[in-house]
Amino acid sequence: MPRVVEVTRVRAGGPLKLALPRGALWPETLDALDRIGVDTAELRSDSRALVFESGGLSLVTMRPSDVPTYVEAGAADLGITGKDVLLEQPERIVYEVLDLHYGACRMVLAGREGDTALDEDERRLGGMRIATKYPRVAERHFEETGRRAEVIEVKGSVELAPLSGLADGIVDLVATGRTLADNGLEVREEIASCTARLIANRVSHKLRAEEVDDLVERLRPEGL
Amino acid sequence: MMGPMIHPTPPGTRDILPEEMRELRALEASLRGAFEEYGYGEVATPTIEYAEVLRRGDERYANAAYRFFDERGDLLAMRSDMTIPIARLVATRMQDREPPFRLSYIANAFRAVNPQRGQMREFTQAGVELVGAPAPEGTAEAIEVLSAALDAAGLTRAVVGLGDADLYRQLLTELEVPDEDGDRILARLAVHDLVGLELAVDEVRGLGAEARATLLALPAMRGGPEVLDRATDLGGDAVERATGRMRATYQSLAARGVADRVRLDLGLLRDLGYYTGAILEVYDPALGHILGGGGRYDSLLGRFGRELPAVGFALYVERLHVAQTEEERQGGGEAG
Repeated sequence: MPRVVEVTRVRAGGPLKLALPRGALWPETLDALDRIGVDTAELRSDSRALVFESGGLSLVTMRPSDVPTYVEAGAADLGITGKDVLLEQPERIVYEVLDLHYGACRMVLAGREGDTALDEDERRLGGMRIATKYPRVAERHFEETGRRAEVIEVKGSVELAPLSGLADGIVDLVATGRTLADNGLEVREEIASCTARLIANRVSHKLRAEEVDDLVERLRPEGL
Repeated sequence: MMGPMIHPTPPGTRDILPEEMRELRALEASLRGAFEEYGYGEVATPTIEYAEVLRRGDERYANAAYRFFDERGDLLAMRSDMTIPIARLVATRMQDREPPFRLSYIANAFRAVNPQRGQMREFTQAGVELVGAPAPEGTAEAIEVLSAALDAAGLTRAVVGLGDADLYRQLLTELEVPDEDGDRILARLAVHDLVGLELAVDEVRGLGAEARATLLALPAMRGGPEVLDRATDLGGDAVERATGRMRATYQSLAARGVADRVRLDLGLLRDLGYYTGAILEVYDPALGHILGGGGRYDSLLGRFGRELPAVGFALYVERLHVAQTEEERQGGGEAG
């Protein structure tokens, strides 16, 4: 049985605490843990528990976007999350220690297939209307490329925005591009490529250096 | 019925009530006691300074969080730490006195941080500045005082990370990495992005395999004195010089009986522009955030017209208080 342990803001001693992302990265994260000999049977069960102890690690599960929050505060020593999450939260002070190479996605600017609205917006209105779940990534991209955009943050399916006229384009994460194609959207620009990353708390990286480095080496994808 | 009245304080500021204030004052008294014991007299400087004066110390004051005009139209700024005001003080008010100067302070400083992450925009720093004492002895003395201050606060498990601000920069120069690539590499290092660091290093054209390995290995090297031997094995003048500086400091720390408290860290890079040579960070196992930091700033006084080597540290008093509380809860320290 998984033992539910107390989650404290801070910790001393005990097993390293690793924050794991539920969601798209979940299956491959469990596979990565299996490869280093951490038993993931309990994690794979339909238990509602959030905290598990296995393989000498304390495993805490959460939304991917919460992982940097827990790791920065030291509530977890290490965490796994997507580069997209880290790009959207650049103010978080965490060590990005390893590219896990799975969960490969692209952050893209997409518009309606064959539609000229994006270019026209820029030419005639001085900026595009963009819907996104990644407002800071989007704003930075347009700043860096010397353009202006009206960035509208949405929480749910962002593909809906250009279909309903909320925006003319979207900035979003795409894996296969299927969702885009199904909704009549196409990639216009690539902003960044994203994979799963291992991050570490600043203090844990110093005070538990050997354990942290050991886990990094064990999780390092083969052939790299 | 009217709802409760809301009269907010600005983001990142707060009121302190007696129960907390009593504990904060007790903590400050123990820190002050440690500073005085080593002969560091307390000073105070104005909360507001001319923006131009602060900017002379650090260019980034051009973007200070709180700047405003006074009634004469002069641009003023709130200090974001005490190091630059004290550098000014030493170069002006103390110009007739003979160094070394041992000064301490407990004062509020102001920074634009995101209050939603539990960071305050107004916070209290307690620290010392040792002006006129060069490395390695000056550095070691400052660390000895820091160690005594941590003990006085009951944080007996706290650790001091010791790095070298010049190491990586000098290494890039020695390896003839073009400035543009070097800046990109330092930018990745400054935000602790070791994955991005590798990508940035791989973008440097004509970099040998050995040089690449050195650039990637150094930031991960941290631990006891054996780290210096491992680093020296990587070879090169920059590494040799930096490890030499760190070794000299470490030997002095050992003679002072505080070497156990120090972890050497070749990946340390503080984000303040004025540091030269040794840099410090303070950690406690009970807290996920750093408790403070510091280092040498041998060229800062010169910017105010008085060339003197200097070293100092600042501790975040509110964070020390949180760490004290956590240590008590975990039974790990001797806070009280």
